[in-house]
Parts: sequence; structure tokens; C-alpha cells
Amino acid sequence: MSLQIKPILVALRRHKAGTLLIALQIALTLAIVCNALFIIHQRLANLSQRSGVDEADVFVITNQWAVDKSTQQIDAQVQADMAALRQLPSVRDAAPASGYPLAGVGSDNFVTLTPDQVKPTTDSAVYVGDEHLLDTLGLRLIAGRNFRSDEVLMTSTQQAVFPPVVIVSKTLADRLFPGGSALGKSFYAMSATPTTIIGIVDSLHRQGTSQWNKPYAGQSLIWPGRPDDSRGIYYIVRARPGQLASAMRAAPKALFAQDRMRIIDPKDGLLDYAQIRHRAYDSDRGMAILMGIISAVLLAITAAGIVGLTSFWVGQRRKQIGVRRALGATRNNILHYFLTENLLIGLAGVIVGAVLAIGINLWMVTRFEMDRMSLLYVGVGILALLLLGQGAVFAPALRASRVSPVEATRSV
Amino acid sequence: MFGHYLQLGLRSLRRNPALTALMVMAIGFGVAASMITYSVFRAVSGNPIPDKSAQLFIPQVDSWGPQQNEKGEPPEALNYVDAMALMRAQQAKRQTLLYPLLMSVMPGGDRDLPLAANGYAVDSDFFPMFEVPFQYGGGWSAQDDQARSAEVVISGQLNQKLFGGADSVGHMVNLNGHDYRVVGVTGHWNPKPRFFDLFSTSGFKDASDFYMPFSRALDLKARTGGRNSCRGSLTFTGWEDYLQSNCVWITPWVELDGAADVAHYRRFLESYAADQQRAGRFAWAPNVRLRNVMQWLDHEHVVPPESRISLLVALGFFLICLINTIGLLLAKFLRRAGEIGVRRALGASRREIYTQYLIEAATVGLAGGVLGLLLTAFGVAGVGVLFPPQIAKLAQLDLSLVGLTLLVAVIATVLAAFYPAWRAARVQPAWQLKSS
Repeated sequence: MSLQIKPILVALRRHKAGTLLIALQIALTLAIVCNALFIIHQRLANLSQRSGVDEADVFVITNQWAVDKSTQQIDAQVQADMAALRQLPSVRDAAPASGYPLAGVGSDNFVTLTPDQVKPTTDSAVYVGDEHLLDTLGLRLIAGRNFRSDEVLMTSTQQAVFPPVVIVSKTLADRLFPGGSALGKSFYAMSATPTTIIGIVDSLHRQGTSQWNKPYAGQSLIWPGRPDDSRGIYYIVRARPGQLASAMRAAPKALFAQDRMRIIDPKDGLLDYAQIRHRAYDSDRGMAILMGIISAVLLAITAAGIVGLTSFWVGQRRKQIGVRRALGATRNNILHYFLTENLLIGLAGVIVGAVLAIGINLWMVTRFEMDRMSLLYVGVGILALLLLGQGAVFAPALRASRVSPVEATRSV
Repeated sequence: MFGHYLQLGLRSLRRNPALTALMVMAIGFGVAASMITYSVFRAVSGNPIPDKSAQLFIPQVDSWGPQQNEKGEPPEALNYVDAMALMRAQQAKRQTLLYPLLMSVMPGGDRDLPLAANGYAVDSDFFPMFEVPFQYGGGWSAQDDQARSAEVVISGQLNQKLFGGADSVGHMVNLNGHDYRVVGVTGHWNPKPRFFDLFSTSGFKDASDFYMPFSRALDLKARTGGRNSCRGSLTFTGWEDYLQSNCVWITPWVELDGAADVAHYRRFLESYAADQQRAGRFAWAPNVRLRNVMQWLDHEHVVPPESRISLLVALGFFLICLINTIGLLLAKFLRRAGEIGVRRALGASRREIYTQYLIEAATVGLAGGVLGLLLTAFGVAGVGVLFPPQIAKLAQLDLSLVGLTLLVAVIATVLAAFYPAWRAARVQPAWQLKSS
């Protein structure tokens, strides 16, 4: 390319304002688009987190007791309900539980390795369920064994009962006992007595999806028990493959046939995992959509702005272009002139923009507890904006290259 | 003159339809993005009780100590022992404890199934403190608190369901199998955010159905329907044990008038914590807080980070749209340098040129504002896609938002036009005339 950069720079000095505006626009667009892409990527990563649950077949009934009952009465009712649910032809298995993965809220306990340790080692989500819970959720046992029915106790919230055995998620096992040696080891989860790991499941998401849960992601434990809470209980039901809808219709009927003094909220008392996932991540999904829309419109507006200003410049410089053409410049020379000019402005813009993008990210790290952005986003953003600039300038530049040398002779 | 410039402006808009459309769209999208996110932000960041937010305080006492508390901050609620001690001391003009209850209303009349009811256990001061409006009757008295009476205040909504909206004061309601006498029916009352219970809620929930005396709820041994947070190893074996544990679940509120009362209460909290240290209950120096409503909202991060981030991103987006508009206006105005030259030569002053172009920009802004308004209306209606339902339904396109949208669009565009119009006014008539 025989083109020199110096004459372009000289010409740009005559259009300081326009040059500055395009560069600034590119810089700010880069800064915002990089951060928006980063946010989108993070939120989508949340959306695709594994729950460990056989989500296609599992649904959850939130059952609230209508009358104050004793723990014994509740336990009898829970057992009767379970028998009724497990008998349904469309149901593969069912289990009572104190919570379910992705519920949004739920109980969690601090975990220590010794009984007198004050500062906790970590935190674990706590599920209480019977020997059917593993099969009902569709969890994959990768080591050890499931609970035996004689290990499943009646538990009430009035009493801090801590079973001596526990099944943990692989993430929690590895966190507490690195090196795959967790089976048979004991720990304390806000209990005065130790609890011993008898089984490890592949993955089991926490109930909570909030920011607070993030450092403890995937750390969960299951204690054997029927959670006989006087306020209510969750029944987790796994339908036979393909029979989710009919199981969801049959289950509440079966429960009300057992006892009418219960409440299954018409709005959210009966949820399948598609709905649970939708609820758990609605703000993540919304954020990703919003950032996506803003990025797309922003890029379009920046491109349109470049087209507009360059067209104006081309119109302004028709005579000069004519002169250059008359003096022997080829069409290609003119085309390259405008492409290079845009590239120079773009480069200036992306340099400032990259600094801004990183600055904004660092500010968000401190202000909103966000993660540090990988420089890859900035790299991709720079490339995208430079290409966008070249693409946007192409049409006006092509028009410039078609200016006839005759124009040089007009109206001088 | 204004009318004439306006006409010129409109005519000029038609002359470069593509450029004009581009500017109008940039302004429209920019202002709409800002307004949609602002409408959500406005809804979540508002003061839920403007006339009393500076008098209502939430006392916090560190009962967990430096090793187990929340990064130096005392727990966000009180345990039973501390809550009762603060109430018994009666150091504030008004005071209440509260915690959420999850109950059910027994079938009756034509209902054959029980009905879920969410409520709160509160003290009698709750109603005057938080200015709860009443349709019928009122709250219960301090004597009822003492007498642990089976009384209840129900919401207008529950009253509608149970009594068809009639005055139900004196009637009985059965909650969880126990009878309660209705003493009051509230009007619609659901402050957003629900500042008084940020321990158990994120601040945005459907209105509560009932309120019952705190003392009565304790008699029923009703466990909290909200959050419960404990430290160390849990050893309680029953209700009484649980009450003595370090688990926090009770939210306290006090009403204090004026700085002297606040200072007095703060000293009281300090001395209470010091007493506990002396008594050996706390093994650490007093660590207490006394925050008013707005400080508490801030501390509890009631405004979701999503709302803040999206507002900031939208404002950045608007800024870029404006920079874009400056560039396009510059191009548009300077393209007419010849025309400006002629007008200047014919005697128009710089000031006149300046005014003319600013008015032209204002028409662009107005057109952008109208487009922005349409997009905002569309966006506010579809905001449920972007934000969780309980927050999305707070966003509303009201008259103030309509006005703000148009105003922001016009003002921002006129501001953006200052430089291009100044450049246009500086056009040298002689140069332009020479070359045409």
C-alpha cells in the first residue's frame, strides 16, 4: 500500500471535532459492550449450572399444614402421603424433603472439622430427606451407599437433631477432604456430635441461588430424616419417563384424598423443574437479555453514526478527491484513504475504550462484587469495533472512490 | 421568530430524512433505555415511609462476637433474649418486635379448603409506628399485648375473602385451628420496599394478610415463617431451649423523635451490651448499631445490583447516543454552510443563526422523545422479561415518567446541539459566498 499515514493525520486535524466524536463514541461503545458481554456470559453461566436433578421428570409439591399438629401426627401423615404418592401409576418415586435444589431459599449450615472450632471451615446447603430422596431427585451416587430405612428419623424443627450419617455432594467432599478420601470421614455441621460420610453424590446444587451462595456453590449435604416441620414440607416426586404432566395432575388429588386440611398454593404449590429453573434465574436471564439488546442497538447506532459522519466528510471533500483523482490517484487509493482514516480513528478510540472498559470492570468489582473480566473480552471487543468501523465506512468510501476527476474542474 | 424557526427546523428535518431518522432513533432508543431502567430503579429505591423514615430505627446488638458475626457487623436480627430485654427496657417512644408467620385460615362458609395466610407477629405500637391505615376498627392496645389476647388485625383483602368486605370487627377468624377476634381491618398497605422486614424478605412481596400480638404468637410457640440464623453448634431440644439459643429471627423497631432521643437510645444500647459483657454473656466489647429506615435499606442492599447496573449501562448508552447526535448535527448543520453564509451576508446575526439551529435541534429532540415514549411504554409493559415478577410489576408508566421522557429527550438534544450550532454560527459569510 503506497498510502502514507501522515497526509491522513494532517487532514484529520482539519476535522478535529468530528474525529474526536467518532473516536469517543468508539471508546465508550467498546467500554460498555465489553462489560455487557462479560455480564451476559456470567449470567448465562449461572443459567446453565447443573442441579444434579433429573429435571425432565421431577416436580415439587409445597405442602403447608392447615392445623397445628404434634410432630407424631405430622410424621404419620407424611408417611401416609408418601405411600399414596408412590402408589400412583405415573409416579416412579417420591420423597419428603426439607428443601430442593434451586428453590431460591433454604437452610444451610456452617461446617467445621472439629467440634470446638469457632470459625467455620465452609458452608453447606442442608437437605433432610428419606431413603427415597436420591432416587427421586435422580442423583448419581458415585461412592458409598444410600441411607437405610432404619437410619431415617423423625425430625422436628423444635429439636436440633443431627443424624450420625450423611451423604454429601462431591464438591463438598472434595472441599473438606481433598484427594478423594472423604468416604468414612466425619465432620460437624453446627452439631455437637460428628456426622460420618456414608455416600457421595456426583452433583447436587444448593437451594440458594443468591450471590451469598456463590463461594459455596455445589456444596450440599443430605441428612436422613422426615422433616416433620409444623409449618409444612416439600414433597419431591419423580414421574415415570414421559408422564410428568399426568403425575402432576394425579399427585395433588391423591394428597387431598388423604387429608383435606392442607394447603397446596394454586400459584406456586406445584412446580416442575422448568418452572423452578425459570424462577431461580429470572433476574440472570433478564439481565442477559437487557445487556444483549443494549449491546446490539449500541453497535448499530455507532455504525450508523460512522456512516453519517463519513458521508458528510466525503460530501465535503468531493473537490479534493476530484483533484487527487485528476492527479493520478486510483479509485483504490481513494477507497484505502478512507478505510485507513477510519482505522486510525478507530485505533485511537479502542485504546481509550480498552482502558475505560477495564476501569469500569474494576469499579464494578468493588461496587457490585462482580468478578474480574478476562482480557479476552476486551480483545474481542476491539476486533469487533474495528471491523464494525471498517464495515460502516466502506459504503461512503466506495462512493468517494467513484468521484470523477471531472469534479476537480467544477466551480473552482 | 420562534414559530418561523420551528417551521424551518421541521422543513430541514424533512430534507435529510436518513440523517434525521438516525438522530431521532438514537435519541429515542437512548432515552427509552434510560427511562425503562429508571422506572424500575425508581420503584425499588424509593422511600417507603417518607414522613417517618428519619424517626424509625432498627437497633442491632452483636450477640455472635467478632469471630462469628458478619464481617464485623452485628447480626441483622435479634435473638429472643436480647429482643425481650430491649422491649422490657422501654427506652423509646414506641417500640415493636416482629417476625413473619405462615398460617392458614380454616374452611368456613362456602370454602371447603383451608386458605394460606401470611402475616406478622407484632406489638401494639406497630400500627401507629408504621402508619398502617384502617378500614374498620384499629390495632389492639398495650394491655392486649400484656394479656396475650387472641386478637387479630386482618387485611382488607383477607376481609374481602372471609367476610365479603363487610365490617368484620368483633367477628372470629380461625387461624391454624385457633380462634381470634378481629379488632381491625387494614386498608391497602404494602410499603415497597418492605423496610420493616428485610431480614426475611428481599423487600418486595404481596401484602400481608394478618397481624397478631407478638405475645400471643409466642404462646402458640409459632416458629418464624421467615429466616432464622444461628451460629456455633445447635443443641436445643425444644421451644424453651430454642428461645435461649443464639439464633436470630426477631426484628426490632423503635420510634425516636429528635437527635437527643437517638443519642439516648444509642447510649442505652451500648450500656446494654456492656452489661451483657460484664454478666459474661458476651465475651466481646459492645458492638451495636442504630440505623434509620433509609440507612437500613442501604445496609441491606434493597436495590438489587441488577437494577443499578442496568440503569448505569442504560445511561452510558444514552451518553453514546448523544455523542452520536452531536456528530450528526455537526454534519447536518455544516452541510448548510453555504445557506448560513448567505443568511449572514443578508444581515442575520450569529445569535439568530445560533437560535435557529438550537430550535431545529429541539425539534429533533422532541421527535426523539416521542419515539422514546413509545419505546418506553412498550418496554415498561415488557419489563417482566427483564426483571423478576415482584419487581417488574412495580415499574409503571405514569404521567411523571411521560413528562420526564420528553423533557430529558429535548434538553439532552439541545445540550448536544450547543457545539454544532456554535460552529454553524461561526461560519464566515465571505468564504461561503466566494466559493459558490
